[in-house]
Amino acid sequence: MPQQTFVLNGEQVTVDAPDDVRVLWVLRDLLGVTGPKYGCGINVCKACTSHINGRGFNPCSVQVGDLEPTDEVTTIEGLPATVGADGAELHPMQQAWLDRDVAQCGYCQPGQIMAAVALVKKVRREGRSITQQDLDEIRNICRCGTYTRIREAIQDGAARM
Amino acid sequence: MRISEPQPVSGVGRRSFLGYVVGATTLVTAADLALGGPAAADVAAVTPSLPSIPELYDLNDFLTECAMPTSSLIAIAVHPDGTASFALPRAEVGQGVTTSTAMIIAEELELPVEKVVVTLAPARPELLFNQLTGGSNTTISTYTPLRVAAAVAKKALLEAAAVLLGDTVDQLVARAGVVSGPSGSATYGELASRAASPTGRKVDVTLKDEATFRVVGTARSRIDARDAVTGRKQFATDLQVAGALPTMVCRAPTLNGTPRALRNTAAILAMPGVTDVAVVDTGVAVRAETFGQCIDAVRAMDVDWKDGPVAGMSDDDVLAELRRAQNPIKLPNLPRNPLLRTVSRDFVFYFRSNSAMDTNSAVADVRSDGAEVWSALKSPIVAQQEIAKAVGLPVSKVKVNVVSGGGSFGRRLFFDGALEAAKVSKAMGKPVKLMWHRADDARVGRTHPMSTSRITAAVLGKNVLAFTQAHTSISTDFTHGLGEMISANLAKLPTGLGNLGFSETVFTLTQELPYNVGLASQTLTETDLRFNTGSMRNIYSPDVRTANELMMDVLAKQMGLDPLAFRRKFLRNARVKACLEKVAAVGQWGRFMPAGTAQGIAIHKEYKGASACLVEIDCRPATVNRTVPGGDASVTGPRVTKVVYAIDVGLAINPRGLEAQMQGGINDGIALALTSSMHLKDGHFLEASWDNYFYTRQWNTPPDVQVIVMPSDSTQPGGAGEAGVAATMAATACAYARAMRAMPAYFPVNHKAPLAFTPKPYIPPIPQSPTNGLDLTI
Repeated sequence: MPQQTFVLNGEQVTVDAPDDVRVLWVLRDLLGVTGPKYGCGINVCKACTSHINGRGFNPCSVQVGDLEPTDEVTTIEGLPATVGADGAELHPMQQAWLDRDVAQCGYCQPGQIMAAVALVKKVRREGRSITQQDLDEIRNICRCGTYTRIREAIQDGAARM
Repeated sequence: MRISEPQPVSGVGRRSFLGYVVGATTLVTAADLALGGPAAADVAAVTPSLPSIPELYDLNDFLTECAMPTSSLIAIAVHPDGTASFALPRAEVGQGVTTSTAMIIAEELELPVEKVVVTLAPARPELLFNQLTGGSNTTISTYTPLRVAAAVAKKALLEAAAVLLGDTVDQLVARAGVVSGPSGSATYGELASRAASPTGRKVDVTLKDEATFRVVGTARSRIDARDAVTGRKQFATDLQVAGALPTMVCRAPTLNGTPRALRNTAAILAMPGVTDVAVVDTGVAVRAETFGQCIDAVRAMDVDWKDGPVAGMSDDDVLAELRRAQNPIKLPNLPRNPLLRTVSRDFVFYFRSNSAMDTNSAVADVRSDGAEVWSALKSPIVAQQEIAKAVGLPVSKVKVNVVSGGGSFGRRLFFDGALEAAKVSKAMGKPVKLMWHRADDARVGRTHPMSTSRITAAVLGKNVLAFTQAHTSISTDFTHGLGEMISANLAKLPTGLGNLGFSETVFTLTQELPYNVGLASQTLTETDLRFNTGSMRNIYSPDVRTANELMMDVLAKQMGLDPLAFRRKFLRNARVKACLEKVAAVGQWGRFMPAGTAQGIAIHKEYKGASACLVEIDCRPATVNRTVPGGDASVTGPRVTKVVYAIDVGLAINPRGLEAQMQGGINDGIALALTSSMHLKDGHFLEASWDNYFYTRQWNTPPDVQVIVMPSDSTQPGGAGEAGVAATMAATACAYARAMRAMPAYFPVNHKAPLAFTPKPYIPPIPQSPTNGLDLTI
């Protein structure tokens, strides 16, 4: 069985898994990291949204063999540490989510938050701030329909990042 | 008609109730509500026309009465660490009932909300009918029992403190988990075991005056919010149960088809990670080290299938079947008048999926001497009974744990995943973590049944003399237990309802027509049991109400009245009218709207509450044809640009949670009106994923949503979870009809548009995961 090595939430991990197993299952089924959720398995619902090297990605659609040992995968569990929040429990986007009481069932929310952080970083790279059009283009599904508060929280969280 | 008028216990007053201190080593209290309960009806209501049945006795009265005899069995415990705990015999699926329950207990017990721990109770057969989560009934039925149990606890704590401190009870004050008096103070933690009683004793208590509420009625965030945003909140597939490896099922190419045999068992067993395969009644199950390997195995299976019962059928066949089942629509005999006109409309509502994000999933460990199951279940007692039967164990040997659900919308009233997981675990002789693939959840999961709604009204001048609505639907499955509740409580139903079938009873108990439209009737006919159906964030109301409100707009137009003026004139319920006026004012009803855009306004009355919705929609080509990048496909279409929603639930326990439920319901209503449906073709539904089935997405959600929680002097809470859907769907439909200057004949309005996606194959039944994710980073 091949060994797969990458950086997960700041720590080097090595796991036995065939190359073609998607990263989502490596995280959830083999490593027990269950923040990223399964909602479709075909990169449509975005419930598993996490970060790779600081960019938003969907681990349901990446084979673990395609990861390099230096690739840094961040799930919702590792998000607070990415802002150097030593011991701090929450990333500013998570705090915005709490302040707006966004979550209902909560299932899609780790993916929503990870997508929101990726979006803020993306528009900053492009030298601009978030527009209504950017919010419209978020593909993460929330079947509880928390969209209104998600939109508010993203703008709020962006202001705090 | 028998109307239950609640009687306060012992005639002391409306806030006096009996409860118990239960024999235990720490303080445990319970409520006795066999004779009491929330106000069921206002029998004295005098209205210009006959009230519809739900105005006198509705589904919530029924569910509440079902719950009452066992209410005393749900107990609150106060612990030496100063916390209180309560195992809620309901499911938390996002609707916020754990939070509102903690608030109610905190209020009456005088304890900070943070110190109230609410968990979900496992299946408890002794609760009989008091463990069903549905009909937006949780808070309505548990509000008073919770308060009584908490009040008994507070009283016992005060009495224990009086002994400890040497003061009398009337000198003591309980506040924030501390009892204080002239001689000192003691925390609830210190008092918990002193207040306990070695044997049970009966206690009468007086509930707090609502005017002194400090917690109930204030905006609170969810008690599980932090777990949700940190990824710590656990759903069934997140549980780590020893040996429960990922498991999936390969399903038939036609709906509810069944397997005869797996032809390549050895090859499947030889695949990487695969540990077991088993043929069960619903398909061929595979257990593997990862779900990815389950997907690979399911896709590699060569199965001999027997066609399902609707093989070959398509939408048009189902519609033809509904048409055949329709009863002739008849208006009552009216005095002959040459000026009398009849107005008729006919609407079709296609199948819709209630899929939650968290697919049908469950962990099951079935052994020869006992079984344990974990799943999000809204009817765990029935689930326990059915699972016991399926695996051949006595009910007492089957433990059914209720896990938080990643949404429900009706789906978790059923236990399809839990039952299947138990069968698979038994067949394999090993624990399994079963997860339905999204494609299966969409195609084989529960749908809201296709239906037609026909309305005929008799109009004379500017009056409506008669109004008949005949709703015809593919059968709605109520086998999750509501049926048992109805059969067991037939005697409690108003006269004449006892002879109706389950569906008709639910229909009759939920559909209110709060208009003065003369002789009014609403009837339900159901046909065909072959589909997997269920409720969908409401049962009949969104469709029935949409047909209804569209008809009101038709009648308004014929009378030369504007939709608001018509409703002002014909509505006969003050609470509904107040909601209507509110949305009309806040939403600036009648303001100028450019061609191709329009406002729509609609009301709804259910769940002991009232609501109204004002929608603005943009149907101009530039909007309708807009594109959204990414994904397989993006259905855009008309955009609802603004929603103003007024909700009167009576006493709002948690206005922040209530607002959230309305916001969610608004997105459901928009989806039902505009974009979300299942297409049945050749015996199977085409939709197999979220980019096939278009529940509202960010690009279709209204950029401007205002929810107004109406002030109320009611002391009783109404239902929230489903209360945002019906008026929104109806208002969206009305706005669409006005913007398009044409009355839609079916919903969602895009159902017959060319498919926006290429249907995924049926063999293999689930798609492979892509591998290009690193090319798509954002």
